[in-house]
Amino acid sequence: MVIEISCEEVWREISNYLENDVSPELRARLEAHFKGCGHCTAVVKGAGNVVQLIKAGTVFDLPDGFSNRLYKRLEDRLATKRPKRSNH
Amino acid sequence: MRAPVCTRVLQRGIEGPILAVTKPQVEVSEAALIERVAAGDTGAFYELVRPCERALFLAARGILGNDADAEEIAQEAVLKAFSSLRRFRRESKFCTWVIQIALNEARMRLRKQRRTLYESLDQPRGEDEDDYVPRDFADWREIPLEALQRKELREGLNRAIASLAPKYREVLVLRDIENLSIAETARALSITEVSVKTRLLRARLQVRDALAPGIDGSWSVGATEYKKVRPW
Repeated sequence: MVIEISCEEVWREISNYLENDVSPELRARLEAHFKGCGHCTAVVKGAGNVVQLIKAGTVFDLPDGFSNRLYKRLEDRLATKRPKRSNH
Repeated sequence: MRAPVCTRVLQRGIEGPILAVTKPQVEVSEAALIERVAAGDTGAFYELVRPCERALFLAARGILGNDADAEEIAQEAVLKAFSSLRRFRRESKFCTWVIQIALNEARMRLRKQRRTLYESLDQPRGEDEDDYVPRDFADWREIPLEALQRKELREGLNRAIASLAPKYREVLVLRDIENLSIAETARALSITEVSVKTRLLRARLQVRDALAPGIDGSWSVGATEYKKVRPW
């Protein structure tokens, strides 16, 4: 028998649920709750959709030339650290 | 101090079963690169930094809010990491450590700029226990993913994330965009894992709230036009 869980308790566990970090017993309780609660279902699916959209990887790009400028600056710093050649 | 076995094995070029019983491949590669830098192979430092580029930029941008400052901070964090590499204790991944440096540099930059909208850094970081109640729309509809993939919605997502308070934006960037674990995110931000999870949920839900239809529920995938409740 699955013990009921309140919406407040669900909200506290939604992060863990989305991270797959809940016990099987708690997962069963949460999923039973989702079946009967449209609001909590919308919350977990909404948060899950946001995660999926972000992970689609199409949204966040580096500025053009970022890598080149970074490594140029690093190279300039490394050059000052290298021992200077002797002239004789 | 003698290098660990896995590193010496790597240096001798031995492969196969011996490597299978040593540390996971990612850690061996990182440790080996650090050893090479320590031995004078400064080119190996580029390989250490390469996987961290985007995380550094996004972490700094999350605090500073503009590309130019974020790029400058990312560069300074990398230079600082190079100078301080011998102080890296390897208690976390290298990228996590450099992200911490970038976040500290970004916060110091912001403090110098005296932006009044930024929350005080001296406030105790234990204020996540109050309950956040997700918005309850009168006529809530789940956002279909295919609708979210439209370009304007991706732009809306960018704006939604930019509008988050810095402490929520930071966790979202590190966990959901850069895929750091909860533990690594907590370490990078110097907060507890519980705080990461709390802030992460709030960040995700606030982004959802920003993307969701308005109270009149006027959202429909099949409709040829829809009322834009939010001025995207």
